[in-house]
Amino acid sequence: MLELQGLTRRFGAVTAVDDVRLVIPDGQMVGVIGRSGAGKSTLLRMINRLTEPSEGHILYGGQDVTALRGAALRRWRTDCAMIFQQFNLVQRLDVLTNVLVGRLNHRPGVMGTLTSLLKMFTAEERAMAIRVLDRFDLADTALQRADTLSGGQQQRVAICRALLQEPKVMLADEPIASLDPRNAKVVMDALRQVNREDGITVLTNLHHLDTARQYCDRIVAMQAGRVVFDGTPAELTSQRVRDIYGVSEDEFEDSAEEAPARPHPARTRLAVA
Amino acid sequence: MEAALARPGLPGIVERGEAAFQAAQRERRRATLLWGAMLLVCALVAARVSEFYPETLAAGLPRIGEYLWRTLPSFRAEVFFSDWETDGSFAAWMYRADKWLWLIFETSQMALLGTLFGTAISCALCFLAARNLSPAPWVYHVTRRFLEFCRTVPEIVFALIFVWAFGVGPLAGILAIIIHTAGANGKLFAEVAENADTSAMEGVRAAGGNWLQRMRFGVLPMVLPNFLSYALLRFEINVRGASVLGFVGAGGIGEELYHVIAFNYYEEISAILVLIILTVACIDMLSERLRRGLAAEMPRGAAA
Repeated sequence: MLELQGLTRRFGAVTAVDDVRLVIPDGQMVGVIGRSGAGKSTLLRMINRLTEPSEGHILYGGQDVTALRGAALRRWRTDCAMIFQQFNLVQRLDVLTNVLVGRLNHRPGVMGTLTSLLKMFTAEERAMAIRVLDRFDLADTALQRADTLSGGQQQRVAICRALLQEPKVMLADEPIASLDPRNAKVVMDALRQVNREDGITVLTNLHHLDTARQYCDRIVAMQAGRVVFDGTPAELTSQRVRDIYGVSEDEFEDSAEEAPARPHPARTRLAVA
Repeated sequence: MEAALARPGLPGIVERGEAAFQAAQRERRRATLLWGAMLLVCALVAARVSEFYPETLAAGLPRIGEYLWRTLPSFRAEVFFSDWETDGSFAAWMYRADKWLWLIFETSQMALLGTLFGTAISCALCFLAARNLSPAPWVYHVTRRFLEFCRTVPEIVFALIFVWAFGVGPLAGILAIIIHTAGANGKLFAEVAENADTSAMEGVRAAGGNWLQRMRFGVLPMVLPNFLSYALLRFEINVRGASVLGFVGAGGIGEELYHVIAFNYYEEISAILVLIILTVACIDMLSERLRRGLAAEMPRGAAA
């Protein structure tokens, strides 16, 4: 069970995420919707601890994730895989190695790290990677460089990498925002498959309400950092959307789609410095 | 836009725009003059301090010509192709070419080894010296200062120290090149790594990778073509640099060059210089071709 208790994040004077309280049972597929700047990405990044919360706690199975440091934090990140809008694969490495990155934290000790630096993965690890790739029809691309793949293929490679982490939770930050409709469907199908077959809790940011309704067990709507709706897809009627956002569903999606890509963390730092 | 251009009823907008433009123009001119004057003053001070006087230059210039003239081989057309025992033949000019070529080969091998080890060291240190990747601010500062030290102390000074420690020979030269290369490439590599796209690294971080793994999988593959390109460039520079390390007994062709200059063996000087220039030109051409191939490989995110 993943539990968010009063989770808050401020960037200077801006409160990106404001006192979010959620309880997510294991195995649920949750869609987080909201317009650009509603705090969806920040929320997900805090759960994986890529962004530090300003206030509040994240609990998983009773353990306080917000307090983790060093090796324990890396173990949590392994348990809580992340899928990015821009895939975040290592473009110049082959698909197989990209997927094996998911195993890095399963290699104990100094020797584990040193051998991984030399890309000395075991035959079992490679077999594991190939099996997962095959599950998503990507086994043939194993030795291709990641940048030779289409966006939809790259996102599925990212899902394979995440699966090799053997995670309990999978976070997907706008996983289909950079994809065409056909590839978007393939990737969403893959996420649902991960949820249904592997029993992994999936938490995904989406800006298409239809996609969220079609794939998710539960929808959380955010506005200005706050949770303004939390319920089943059936409860999120067009009327409800209009009540929450004051616009029709189409207008909501248009404004969500205009969403400029989140500023890159490194860039943000540069701008501050 | 058209409509905005033609909009009536804004009197004086053109005049105000023109006045603002003129003011900006004046401001720019004043800045140019000011900076130009400051630059001129600095140049004059520098010339005075370093005794760079036009009259000395004028007096000395002809003597350069005279010196170079003396080093030119005195060929005689009728015996140009004769053997090395005949004065005025090409073979006589190059009568020790076998020894010189071997020494030049030794020089380039010194440069090669120095570049290899030096680059390996900078490869290991550059991630610590990259502001946004370094594990801690103090690590960043210590590594930066260390790299600075390595590249600001002239190679020839290191060479002198190592000749004193290890004796005369190429080993001293190689060590001097290693240190200088580590410092010079370390800084360049660190800057490439700082500018690299961090999305892949974030992917590795999100998968639970530790710092070493993030650098190895998230950054290194992205910046490797850039690193190789800089390493090749450094190799070219090191071949040139290694040719003078022999002046202090650190191996290579330099010692022979110093010898013939000191003893005024004029024709030998030109023979050795021609061989060095030819070798360096060959290496430059080869490495430039390789680097151009690498440039095509470089991702935009890693452009330095």
